[in-house]
Amino acid sequence: MDEDIFLEPDRELGFLERDRGLSQDQRAELGLGALVFVVVALLVAMLAFVLHEAWPSFAHNGIGWFGGGGSVDQQIQAIFTSGDLKTAPVYTFHAWPLIWSTILITIGAVAIAFVASLFIAVFMVEFAPPWLRRILEPVVRLLASVPSVIYGLAGVLVLVPFIGNHLITQGEKASVTPTIQLSGSSLLAAVLILTVMIAPIMIAVFADGLRAVPRGWLEGSLALGINRWRTFWKVGVRTARPVFVAGTVLATARALGEAVMVSMVSGGVGFAPNPVDGLIFFFEPSRPLAATIIANTEELNSPPMKHTLYAIAAVLLFSSAMLSVIGWAAKQPMRRYGVVP
Amino acid sequence: MSTVPTAAVPKRSESNASWRLSDRIGLGLAWLLGLLFCAIAAAIVVYFLVEGIRYLRPNLLVTNPAPGLSEGQTGGFLDPLLGTVIVGVMAMAIAVPVGVGIAVWLSEFGRPTGLARLAESAVEMLAGEPSVVLALFGTILFTVRELGFLIQTSHGIVLGQSFFAAAAMLSLVGLPMVVASTREGLQAIPSHVREASYAVGKTKIATTRRVLLPAARPSMITGTMLGLGRVIGDTAIVLLLLGGTLTFGSANSTPLLGMLRGTGDTLTGYIYYNAPTGDGNQPSKAYAAAFVLMLMVLALNLGVDFVVRRSQRAVRWS
Amino acid sequence: MELRKPPPVRRLTGNEGYTPRAEVAPPPPEIVAHSAGSNGNGHRPSSAFAAPSSRAMRDTVVAIDRMQVEDLSVSYGNRPAVKSVSLPIRQGEVLALIGPSGCGKTTLLRSLNRLTELTRGASASGRITLDGVDIATLEPTALRRRVTMVFQQPNPFPMSVFDNVAYVLREQASRRPRRAVVRGAVRDALARAGLLDEVADNLDHPALRLSGGQQQRLCIARALAADPEVLLLDEPCSALDPQSTRLIEELIIKIREDVAVVIVTHNLQQAYRIADYVAFMYLGELVEYGGAHKTFGSPREQRTREYVSGAFG
Repeated sequence: MDEDIFLEPDRELGFLERDRGLSQDQRAELGLGALVFVVVALLVAMLAFVLHEAWPSFAHNGIGWFGGGGSVDQQIQAIFTSGDLKTAPVYTFHAWPLIWSTILITIGAVAIAFVASLFIAVFMVEFAPPWLRRILEPVVRLLASVPSVIYGLAGVLVLVPFIGNHLITQGEKASVTPTIQLSGSSLLAAVLILTVMIAPIMIAVFADGLRAVPRGWLEGSLALGINRWRTFWKVGVRTARPVFVAGTVLATARALGEAVMVSMVSGGVGFAPNPVDGLIFFFEPSRPLAATIIANTEELNSPPMKHTLYAIAAVLLFSSAMLSVIGWAAKQPMRRYGVVP
Repeated sequence: MSTVPTAAVPKRSESNASWRLSDRIGLGLAWLLGLLFCAIAAAIVVYFLVEGIRYLRPNLLVTNPAPGLSEGQTGGFLDPLLGTVIVGVMAMAIAVPVGVGIAVWLSEFGRPTGLARLAESAVEMLAGEPSVVLALFGTILFTVRELGFLIQTSHGIVLGQSFFAAAAMLSLVGLPMVVASTREGLQAIPSHVREASYAVGKTKIATTRRVLLPAARPSMITGTMLGLGRVIGDTAIVLLLLGGTLTFGSANSTPLLGMLRGTGDTLTGYIYYNAPTGDGNQPSKAYAAAFVLMLMVLALNLGVDFVVRRSQRAVRWS
Repeated sequence: MELRKPPPVRRLTGNEGYTPRAEVAPPPPEIVAHSAGSNGNGHRPSSAFAAPSSRAMRDTVVAIDRMQVEDLSVSYGNRPAVKSVSLPIRQGEVLALIGPSGCGKTTLLRSLNRLTELTRGASASGRITLDGVDIATLEPTALRRRVTMVFQQPNPFPMSVFDNVAYVLREQASRRPRRAVVRGAVRDALARAGLLDEVADNLDHPALRLSGGQQQRLCIARALAADPEVLLLDEPCSALDPQSTRLIEELIIKIREDVAVVIVTHNLQQAYRIADYVAFMYLGELVEYGGAHKTFGSPREQRTREYVSGAFG
């Protein structure tokens, strides 16, 4: 009876609606969903391509790809020259010196930057006088967006000569002359410049997290007679722990992938710095993975070289993906105590 | 009223002062590092300011670079400067629509949940990806024959380096920023605004277009500027995909399109080239270019600040 | 206007041996006495969660002067919030600060533990003493351990129940106390707050997962763990349901023996239920101060009469 009224639409349905029953919203959803799908597919394809191109290098070297053995620079040279199609392609490549350099530089920079950034962020959010805070906040943001090549420039023009001329003694230089040259482009330079580059990023992320701590908790702690430093440290810093994890992961990924700047200051030699060397250890040149790619880009048209470089890229890709996963996993236990990242 | 004489109520026994030694050390360390950071930041800024002003002459901005051996002969960096602008604009022209679309889908639609989660992770991983890897991928992608219309070809072989190629990969660099900022902006809008719109019969997409996106505009602008900042600061992709030629190496075609299909350079590549470690090795030019680049970054940052402050004054959700 | 009595409220039950208020004359302000048999601090040792005092004890009326507010004025910038207020605060009594919104009662409360200093632009004159000593001369942190505060919104830290209470004990001492000591003290504090039974089986439960009323009692336990001399409560029940409110009111009555309690409330019935003394404030001034029964029953001032009878709120 009355229900019949609702069976008839009171206006003519449009084209798509009549034929396929799609509303405006459904069309939009499909369209946007397709866009998202395409982008995701592109990224997955990128992953697949890189792995595909990298495979020959891994296949030839097996697990030894990651190990040591021989001079990396010579191996690279051999790989390149073998690409001229006249000789059989050579793939022998043992990347350990490069990997070791990457580990040292990245972890060194992140460790120093983490401690410094934590204290600086706490200082900036809570303990700095207001006039200083007003200066610090924009400065941190500005430094976080400075292109890496400018840091590299400063490093090459200021830090490297300083280390080379003032920190390394002649005796030290002489002691290693046959093997390597201590010119100031070194592990120390790379770690310091990289620290200065990633610190502002970490500080900005940490400060955001600290500012988000509910004031009620801080006030409650103060009202219980706990002093300001302890209150902020035990309640504020503890609450913002997920943010610290996220910021550190972000900074590590940046440090890992920083190719251009590091290649300018780290020495450009495929040498594995040896801690046993004592003080000289800090002055030894090296070259991490990302910088190796940059250094050899002109040689991309040599197929074995191409495969080797893609293998390096695959390692970098995998590492940064792993970092993202670690960052995600580290946030999970935090949810338990009501600290929502 | 009479009160109890104080002598009869002894003070409770306190352990000690309320600041332990470790607290004082902690606070001292915070101050020390804070001031140290200020000093280093000031040193960097002042250093580039001084050196930049010393070496920057206006004619550098308008002269084309030229191959040469001495400082006087190598000209200015007009082409790289234009290159930076072009590449930035092109990259964001791709990144912004795509990024906003993805953000809207993630925030307002988001089904199937599998795809949503995959998309979120993919964008996050992209944000952390080293740009060298993206650059390498670009070299495969743009040597494919079918994309030859985008790239200068030489004797039928696609060379794989052009503005289009670089901009395409750079858009991936700027994309995560746009997505993240726009999503944040959309999620900050309280749900009662959406409900009010649906309650008068508007579709979701109309609501998004007419109500939500305009409200999220400050976040979109912030994301765009941050993405742009990352794009113009990138060197790796430029080195691999732009060719690093001192001037525009245009392809044989219509003027604009030819230039975009051809090779060129940006300020970052120019700085890298002229640094002591590069082939050009003209530090004075590198300083000048670095100064200009930093001014651009500073301008972008100020722009972001301005937009954020204006938006805070404007919209107040009840 | 006809004076209306406040609507009759059901008396709190469950306190065996507790003498209903009506049967005991409220003490005239002049009579104070030491409580015998307590430790040197002048209040009962907190580990003895004594049953409500015997009838004899109640009749003698034990009230020890703890704090004295002398001619206190507080302003935020140019705006005066509290004007020339003088009050005593005594252990053994519950003092309720009542008045309409914006009358300065919260500012007065926060002055007692110097939290007003955290607000920029706040200035104060006058004197507040704790056990005879001007609190401005004490270190704020030390003061706040002796005068603790519970806020309107329950704010337990994002830790377990145990850690929330233990936090106070661990962070106040200059040397980290032994775990056994901490454990005992935590259980004591939870017992005093009436929460121990509900959480005893799992003290590691995340505090944020408790109900609102439980969280607020946890905050009270936390405040009590510091073994304070004065407990300040800023509208502790305004965000809670009636059941939780009732529990907390019972709790307040129990602990007033050991701790001076000052409670700010805009709920007149609540003030009537639990207060021994009432201070009515209006626009920053202390309009009337006196025994609860008397102030509600036959207030001296016209404004008090109007407020208490609901003419304005």
